[in-house]
Order: sequence, then C-alpha cells, then structure tokens
Amino acid sequence: MPKKIAKNTTNLKKGLAQMLKGGVIMDVVDPEQAKIAEDAGAVAVMALERVPSDIRRDGGVARMSDPIMIKGIMKAVSIPVMAKVRIGHFVEAQILEALGIDYIDESEVLTPADEEAHVDKSKFKVPFVCGATGLGEALRRIDEGAAMIRTKGEAGTGNVVEAVRHWKKIMRELEALIKMNAAERKKAAASMRVSLELVTKVAKDGEFPVVNFAAGGIATPADAAMMMQLGCDGVFVGSGIFKSSDPKRRAKAIVEAVMYFNDPAKIAKASEGLGEAMHSLEITKLDDRFAERGW
Amino acid sequence: MKAGVLAIQGSVIEHVRALKRAGAGDVIEVRTTADLDKVDLLAMPGGESTTIGKLLKLEGLGKAIIKRVRTGMPVYGTCAGAILLAKTVSGDLKADNLGLIDIDIERNAYGRQLDSFESEIEVLGKTIHAVFIRAPRILHVGSDVEILAKYQSDIIMCRQGNILVSTFHPELTLDTTVHKYFLKMCDAES
Repeated sequence: MPKKIAKNTTNLKKGLAQMLKGGVIMDVVDPEQAKIAEDAGAVAVMALERVPSDIRRDGGVARMSDPIMIKGIMKAVSIPVMAKVRIGHFVEAQILEALGIDYIDESEVLTPADEEAHVDKSKFKVPFVCGATGLGEALRRIDEGAAMIRTKGEAGTGNVVEAVRHWKKIMRELEALIKMNAAERKKAAASMRVSLELVTKVAKDGEFPVVNFAAGGIATPADAAMMMQLGCDGVFVGSGIFKSSDPKRRAKAIVEAVMYFNDPAKIAKASEGLGEAMHSLEITKLDDRFAERGW
Repeated sequence: MKAGVLAIQGSVIEHVRALKRAGAGDVIEVRTTADLDKVDLLAMPGGESTTIGKLLKLEGLGKAIIKRVRTGMPVYGTCAGAILLAKTVSGDLKADNLGLIDIDIERNAYGRQLDSFESEIEVLGKTIHAVFIRAPRILHVGSDVEILAKYQSDIIMCRQGNILVSTFHPELTLDTTVHKYFLKMCDAES
C-alpha cells in the first residue's frame, strides 16, 4: 500500500536548520568562494551579490544575486545553499524557490523592498531564516513562517557587539516569558504583536521554538566561540572571512573554534597567525544601521 | 552503560534526548578522544557529512572511532552519520567516510531541500513516522548486512553486527522504537 508522503512541512523546514547546528554558514559571492567555504568545513553557504562590508562601501540598492551566480554556487558545492532576498520582496523569494535554493534569508543587509510587510513565508515551500534584535521580532518572523532565526548584529562592521546585544536581549526576554502566568502571557503576546498560540507554546516548551544562530559582525574565531558559549546554535560569518587577508585559513579557524567553543586552548591554536582580520567599522559612526531595517 | 553522541555538529541534543527517552541513563557529548574513551556506545547524528568528516580527521577522533567500533563498540549513524559509517560513498559527492559498515551509499540522493520528505514507514514490526532531510540512499549492502527497513524499494535502515545505520532521523520525532532497538543491540553486544 503506498504511504502518504509529505514535503515542505514545518517539520522539514525546521529540521534542515537542526542539521546545521554547531556549524558555520559563510557568505560567498561566487562558486570559487563557495568551494573554499565547503573545503574549510562550512555547513552551508549564503549566496549574495556583495558581502555586507562592500554594500556599506559602495552604497546603492542591494538586491538578490544574479540567478546565474546562485546556480553556479549550487552546482559548485554539495552543502546546502542559502540566498538573500530584500525584506518584503516576495518575488525575489519566488525566484529563489524556482531555482531550488535550500534556504532563503529575508535580510536587512539588502535594501528593504516593503516598509509595511515582511514576506509571508508560510506561502513558500523553501524554508526561511530571518534576523531579529529581540524576542518579539523573532516570534513575529516565526508567526510569518520563518523556520530559523539569527541575530541581526551589525553586518559588515567586524564588530560583534550588536550580535551579543541582540542575543542577550532575546535570551533575557525568553526567560521572562517562560516565567509568565497565563494573563501575563496574553499581555505579552499583544504587546509583541505575536499570536497567543506561539507565545503559549514557547512558554510551555521552555525553549526557543526554532534553531537560532548568531550573525552580524563576527570576524574572528574568538567572536564565533563567544557566541557559541553564550548559547547560540551556530554562526553566520559574512564579510569576516572573504574580506580578511587569508580567507582559507580564517574560514577553517572559525569552523574549528565553533566545534571546540568550550576549549580555550584549542581556540587559541585556531587563532594563531591568521593575518589581518577584515577592515572594521565603528558602529556609532555608521550612517546606516542595517539592524534598524525591518521591525 | 554510558552513551555518547558525537558532538561535532548537527542533531546532537536531539540524539541525547532520544537516547534518554529510550531509557539510556547517562548520555554525554563526544568531542574528543578522551570523551570517546568514557562511553560504551556512540550515536553519530545527522548534520553535514562534509563538515563532520573533515573535523573527525583533525585530532584523530575518526581513527579512534574506527578502532573502537572494530573492537565491538555499538554505533548508530543517522543520515550524515550513516554516510560516515559507510564502506563506500558512490556518485559525484564524496565524503571522508570511516568505512565501517558494508554498504554503498549516495549523498543527497533524493535531491535538495525541496525534495526532503516525511512518510510513515514500517520498521521492526511497527509503523513509525520518518523524516528524510536531504537524505542519502543506500545503493547496495553486503551479504552480512541485515536489512531492517525499506521505503518503497530503498533500504533505509540496516545493521551489520554492532553497527546500525538509518537514512532517516528518528531523533526528530518522539517515537523511541529505533533508539530502543539500538540500546537493546548494545545490551546484547556487551
């Protein structure tokens, strides 16, 4: 008797993110970089047209990558391939789905396309990851259908401070939510503009409902291990690898630091002689704070 | 008996919880050869087989696992874990496999994430829900390998002595059938 098969379910969308835990997802702009990332031990790559530090430098509208480049990257590596769409740009998301991408990042690093609505992610077969600066924002994205969350951090700066801030805020607010009684939960759901159903589930389970990575400003093995020790499930590294002086070594070092995040001697060894980190930026002097895009 | 879950990357905590649900008392995460020395059995989780395979080579953990499994330590690999335990990996996509169970396996054999699927399967006389994520396909098994479950015509779970593999992820569901079977297998081997 043929059995019923289900595809593209919430279970499967969240499940792929579960398989990426404890790993490093690296931004790449072409197949060569994707291959370097895979060889270094990345669990997935993120295809985009320019890394965040170049987007900051060049300005202009940052959009989804050329499909030819994305297809080239998908062909070049056997690990999952993610790609970014602008906040609210559901047609860019449709294009990525048509290309058969493994995960879509609705990302504040690109120029937002809609100031009223994020993409209705529940309508897509491909799973989505979204950035968040706090618990309410994270849960709103999950209500819209996101199957994975990452901190926004401040991409392209090489400064981890915002990722730390966002992570701690999410965890602090999560702890508070878990302790709430039913009436307080109802109030919290209303103030966060999140469904009571999701708030109740999170409180009942006592844990964050999807895989939650760190992203935005991670530039060194120590940054990556720090985010892991704070409790993140894994890390995204954007400009930090391919804008450093020795991408191959740095990529490998960050992968090792994430695996041995609790072992300072091993992180020390991984951190040796990596050359220059990416060019960094002082966040207070930025004209454009990417983390403020989206809501 | 102390159970271990290989904790390089992937569905580690899911396996820890599944083993506990199935009745394992003490479960630890295994990152180093020193951790491996402490355990009597090992689960190798789902994840990215390229990543896990590379990191297994870093400090000799892969070699230590080969040695332990060859001298009888029970091991169970799901998805990426199954790939890493396989004797051969066919097709274009390679892996740094350990070559322990006499099967030939193909990575990402059903396609990309859009082709990932869930289905009811028959295993060990029970119907359970199985989750396949960018799953590998077992193309061939040696004559010593016992086939334990099939999905359509594909072998999805099999065993050779102290080595158990499945291409699906029982750690992602609450059903304890497969992990209980693994623990029972460990009792018999010890």
